[in-house]
Amino acid sequence: MSPKKSKKGFSRRKFLKNGLSIGIGTAGSAGMLSSCAKSEKKESGERIRVMTTDGKLVEIDAAQLHELEDVVSHEEARTGDPNREYVMVIDLAKCRNARICVDVCQRMHNLPPEDEWIKVFYMQDSEDTAPYWFPKPCFHCNSPSCVNVCPVGATFKRLDGLVLIDNERCIGCKFCMAACPYSSRVFNWREPEIKDTMKDHHGAIETGVPQKVGTVGKCDFCPDMARMGKLPGCIEACPNGVLYYGDKHEDLVSNGTETVRFSDLIYERAGYRYMEELGTRPSVYYLPPVNRSFDPEVGFKDLPDEIRERYDVERSKIKKETR
Amino acid sequence: MKIDSATLNALERFAPQLNTASLLEKVLFYIMMVFVLAGFPALYIQHFEGHYVTGMRDNVFWGVYIVNFIFYIGISYAGALISGILYLLKVEWRKPIIRIAEMITVISTILGPIYILLCMGRLDRLHHLIIYGRIQSPITWDVIAITTYLIGSIIFLYLATIQDFAILRDWKGLKVGKWRHAWYRFFAVSYQDTPRQRQLVHRGLTIMSIIIIPLAVIVHSVLSWIFGMTLRPGWHSTIFAPYFVVAAVFSGTGVLIIAMWVYRKLYKLEDIITEKHFRYLGIILLVLGALYGYFTFAEYLTNWYGSEKWELELIYKLFDLNEFGWMFIFAAFVGVLLPIIIIGVPYFRSINSISFASLIVVVAMWVKRYIIIIPTLETPLLPMQESRMEYVHYSMTWIEWILTISGLAVFCLFFYLYSKFVPIIPVSESADLVGNPNGAKGKDGDIPGEQNKNK
Repeated sequence: MSPKKSKKGFSRRKFLKNGLSIGIGTAGSAGMLSSCAKSEKKESGERIRVMTTDGKLVEIDAAQLHELEDVVSHEEARTGDPNREYVMVIDLAKCRNARICVDVCQRMHNLPPEDEWIKVFYMQDSEDTAPYWFPKPCFHCNSPSCVNVCPVGATFKRLDGLVLIDNERCIGCKFCMAACPYSSRVFNWREPEIKDTMKDHHGAIETGVPQKVGTVGKCDFCPDMARMGKLPGCIEACPNGVLYYGDKHEDLVSNGTETVRFSDLIYERAGYRYMEELGTRPSVYYLPPVNRSFDPEVGFKDLPDEIRERYDVERSKIKKETR
Repeated sequence: MKIDSATLNALERFAPQLNTASLLEKVLFYIMMVFVLAGFPALYIQHFEGHYVTGMRDNVFWGVYIVNFIFYIGISYAGALISGILYLLKVEWRKPIIRIAEMITVISTILGPIYILLCMGRLDRLHHLIIYGRIQSPITWDVIAITTYLIGSIIFLYLATIQDFAILRDWKGLKVGKWRHAWYRFFAVSYQDTPRQRQLVHRGLTIMSIIIIPLAVIVHSVLSWIFGMTLRPGWHSTIFAPYFVVAAVFSGTGVLIIAMWVYRKLYKLEDIITEKHFRYLGIILLVLGALYGYFTFAEYLTNWYGSEKWELELIYKLFDLNEFGWMFIFAAFVGVLLPIIIIGVPYFRSINSISFASLIVVVAMWVKRYIIIIPTLETPLLPMQESRMEYVHYSMTWIEWILTISGLAVFCLFFYLYSKFVPIIPVSESADLVGNPNGAKGKDGDIPGEQNKNK
């Protein structure tokens, strides 16, 4: 069940704030919540279903819901943690286009189906080279063209390496979309369908929720999850452990099941950054698709027709070019 | 101020323009009004439904609004060319057309930025450009450059009109309403045509004509850098700034010739705007066309010969008749070669044919801006694996069509209304042209109107 369907709209963001305020940020979900409910205020009798940050559905009493001020100050959200440098490693040998990362990301950030903050491309550089699946989040470049061109500083680079968007400041000029060579940014062409209770909310920088009409959105590496000591949604969700996330200073990255040394992983598997020649210095590293777990063709199985169609265009183009 | 007989003669000639309108003018006026009014429902829909009503989507996120923006800023070069360069060079034949040129500049510099506003997602946050403005962004450069250019052009237009305002204020024979007189009085300030005042206006005009030329070059260079600073095929080019500047003067001259043709017919100015004006401007157009063609050739040849992956993909889209091929042929060949042939061969050269060539140039330059913007946005570095075709290929929606046509109507309407307010031919500058056809046909520098000024 999506958060949209819960009786009283209860956002991930509000939950986050709530969760932090009553001290469950570190522990997971249901048991804790219900025990809190008993110990505090009187119960109203009205039960509300909410979704926790890890996607579990729990029922709590309506009296437990209350709004709080931003836990993370605006200033903090714009600077980030100076002791961290977040990186992502994507193992192309393990991706089979399961698309769970895409779905979870869309659900977490309350995105319409046409907005994909992480995309999975079917890549084939030329006719005689091997095809592979290419998941692509925002690269959070260390020399970000999008940040350079923003006329109002609505998109900015934090000390921990993240490139985020303040969608309360964004004027919607779309220049950052022009500057980004990786098509990472999406525009909110119409009013996003958000729940009534979310309507008055300011867009929070760290959660990216709610999205605002006429502004730009993109993958944010889920800094709100990092604050809770958790991995971003897509990392946790991937069934094949394709995506690793971690801190370059700690030199550790994790895909949810295993935690490995970042430098070793990159060295042993000959990791690289996509289109290094553009000089953007991405924070996302790729491991080449060698000794694969899956045949790339597997990725086309069980796909809805409309998604399969998009890859067909690419395949026909490759054939046409090399003719 | 004292009005001499020559000026009086000119005034009597031009006064009917100010307070009467022929049937043709009325018909044209109402047609324009209909188009302008049609823009309002479109604006309303776009404002309240969001940009979803346009053809713009995540890949092609800038559409025809940006095309129109570059187009209008481009044609604003008419004023910079005629009033700036020709003023400095003391070319005398420019006098009857100086005001037409300046008005094109001012109106299009106002209209252009309106199109930028149309493609901004959050108009309610426009003030963020000032409170959070960052000088690193080419958009900020643009805001500063265009604002300065607009103010400069308005000052220039005003300085060049102030003598006419004073004449209109003091001429008893003018039959216009009280309010109009009050406006003339307001704009004329206290100009009495004393030698000192005349000298000041003259000095102001000289200074502004010097300032306006670099300003114009900066405006279009900065505009081109919005595209040139990105890492996209077809945009990331070092010649983009001069290329845009040349294209802008080319299209500006074209619009000027068309405007001359229209006013000549509308106000029966055959003896004042003569074949000579068309011929001279036509030759300027020819030279600019050749220069523009050279830039186009250099740009595409380099990209095609170098044949980088994305550059080549883009060029094949431009060459493909099923994609942008016809537009490319029109903008790069028809729009350049046809005017050169029409104007270059004396046999084809006439007022009407030069005006027709200008029309081709102006349309071709609009198309050129379209094939600068759209094909590049349809060629991102990463593949567009979208199942929704409307996210891959851009096509204008009716909202965008209406607002484009509406903008053109606003341009014509403003132009027309201003010519009802102040004579389209500067009375003070070319008073002696009236009733003296030799004045117009005489040698350069032979225009008697000049004698007054040099006293």
